[in-house]
Amino acid sequence: MKAAVLVFPGSNCDRDLAVAFRAAGFDTAMVWHKETELPAGLDVIGVPGGFSYGDYLRCGAIAAQSPIMRAVAGFAGRGGHVLGICNGFQVLCETRLLPGVLMRNAGLKFVCRMQGLRVATTDSPFTSAYQPGQEIDVPIAHHDGNYQIDAEGLAQLRDEDRIAFSYVGNPNGSVGDIAGVLSANRRVLGLMPHPERVVDAAHGGTDGAPLFASLAAAFVAA
Amino acid sequence: MKATVTVMLKQGVLDPQGEAVKSALGAMGFAGVEGVRQGKVIELDLAPGTTEAQVTEMCEKLLANTVIESYRVEMA
Repeated sequence: MKAAVLVFPGSNCDRDLAVAFRAAGFDTAMVWHKETELPAGLDVIGVPGGFSYGDYLRCGAIAAQSPIMRAVAGFAGRGGHVLGICNGFQVLCETRLLPGVLMRNAGLKFVCRMQGLRVATTDSPFTSAYQPGQEIDVPIAHHDGNYQIDAEGLAQLRDEDRIAFSYVGNPNGSVGDIAGVLSANRRVLGLMPHPERVVDAAHGGTDGAPLFASLAAAFVAA
Repeated sequence: MKATVTVMLKQGVLDPQGEAVKSALGAMGFAGVEGVRQGKVIELDLAPGTTEAQVTEMCEKLLANTVIESYRVEMA
């Protein structure tokens, strides 16, 4: 099983994400954003958290135009799996690999704390190891996590069971308490919380580990 | 030549920063501010011959997120 973690100027959760992939059994490569090609034989790409390009213009907007993102879009278009966390979620929305946008938190403050989440669907390669409706604790740390989508888009996400995680107690004003969404083919997940920060008992929690275990199981099964 | 691009949140999109500025103005004693919308202005220095259509493409692809933002281009 092979994973790649993208690295942009300003990424700061890239190594944490690589550690989480490796702990789940993935052979993991770091890929600089100026690369135009991805490593061969890749199963999943991680787009990490951080503050790519200092959040200039809009969070994720400039990273979304990086050379490597063209390769990522091609990979996703061929049915590849992509996981975007926090700033990575913002990048995936800016590339339109996921619908909607992430706006400034409704309370205007940077929110950094442990957050309760509900697993809203287990029908995805990222959430199959959780129980339906399971409540988990995962850290959040963001200023622009207020997920917004128009009414039509929201109805579509609900009809297609594409809301992966929802907040228990909305920290940022996101419509429908949405914390993470799936692409139409369910192989691209973006979420604001940081599952890679709770994959080891020494982190103070392990509620993120099943996400990586789900992915590993998806590739063993395939 | 220059282009000035003004990017604003679309009408109907909640603007928490504008709301915060409005509330601060009220707290400072400025009465009569009924609404504040905050956007951004981007000035481009352009090589001669650059067309408004090219600037529009820049807006669509990068300068604005048309899901939530509208933009206006002024060439000078």
